[in-house]
Amino acid sequence: MGMAAESQFHVLAVDDSLCDRKLIERLLQKSSCQVTTVESGSKALEFLGLRQGLQSNDPNELSTSPHIHQEVEVNLIITDYCMPGMTGYDLLKKVKESSAFKNIPVVIMSSENVPARISRCLEEGAEEFFLKPVRLADLNKLKPHMMKTKLKNQKLEEIEEASKDETALVEPEIKDSTKIEILPLQQDLQLVQQEEQTLCTNNKRKSMEEGISTDRALTRFDGITTTV
Amino acid sequence: MNTTIVAQLQRQFQDYIISLYQQGFLDNQFSELRKLQDEGTPDFVSEVVSLFFDDCAKLINNMSKSLERPENVDFKQVDSGVHQLKGSSSSVGARMVKNVCISFKECCDVQNREGCLRCLQQVDYEYKMLKTKLQDLFKLEQQILQAGGTIPQVDIN
Repeated sequence: MGMAAESQFHVLAVDDSLCDRKLIERLLQKSSCQVTTVESGSKALEFLGLRQGLQSNDPNELSTSPHIHQEVEVNLIITDYCMPGMTGYDLLKKVKESSAFKNIPVVIMSSENVPARISRCLEEGAEEFFLKPVRLADLNKLKPHMMKTKLKNQKLEEIEEASKDETALVEPEIKDSTKIEILPLQQDLQLVQQEEQTLCTNNKRKSMEEGISTDRALTRFDGITTTV
Repeated sequence: MNTTIVAQLQRQFQDYIISLYQQGFLDNQFSELRKLQDEGTPDFVSEVVSLFFDDCAKLINNMSKSLERPENVDFKQVDSGVHQLKGSSSSVGARMVKNVCISFKECCDVQNREGCLRCLQQVDYEYKMLKTKLQDLFKLEQQILQAGGTIPQVDIN
């Protein structure tokens, strides 16, 4: 892929259960992700607001957060559905309605297999719906989604950097030698987008179909335990 | 390193953990937890189950308060407690505890206070029983490590 060694995927995990937070954190670390865990939807939004300065199109949003670290980005949000106060669904909606964060893929986890709930989440824009307890095999499905945001962010960063220069305005297709990295990224981005579209539709269909027939896994195979 | 001692301890460990699965104290999720543990995170499982047991104590205490007065039972609170307990027991593979929660929820749904009290007592018993069992298991692990051996991977599938 040609990405730097330190640029791991950064996942924001939201769960009100301390036990489950510890578990999802370990699962994500085992999948080579950087993890931040929070205990509620509002804490999640707070974290995003303080960290995600780059993706915001609204200059007013930036002014409310004095400490913006442009290097820290979130490539995926994974959240429990049933939480007091703001549910995972509420959080999903807030994220998708925000101009700053709507491109961050959101995954919902739930201990209950409720088809209506699942389709509602998927319709609202959730990429995946995992039944708890979540396993390593489930997390392997997340890589394409996270890849997409990462590439997008990198592209945005490079454009940002370039626009700070005194030199000419930069467009993604520019042939200037210092900006040549953008071209392959854009191609990859398109590839990943296509892949992700197909995955998304397949998963959504699969989840809808299996949600009613089985009482177990929606997005994992029944009875097969993946040995790591 | 005394290889005989290590081998004996390892066998003991293996037999013990298999018996916990066979007797239904633990389910497959516990083995998933063990897979997440490695040299870098040697205490992962014991830390997670410790959080779980703390959770149990807290939730049981709260539910007990809600069920205390027959004329004023907060079934909503009890239901919430059962839901959380069921969730975390499922996450760590505490099979017996989880199963009691299923019955517990049914009693809650029909607002059966007596039934709830029985389930509460049972879930208290089950989590404490499991806690003792796992403490023994972790002790065996420590003994193996101290004797210079490695902890066996037990595949229950």
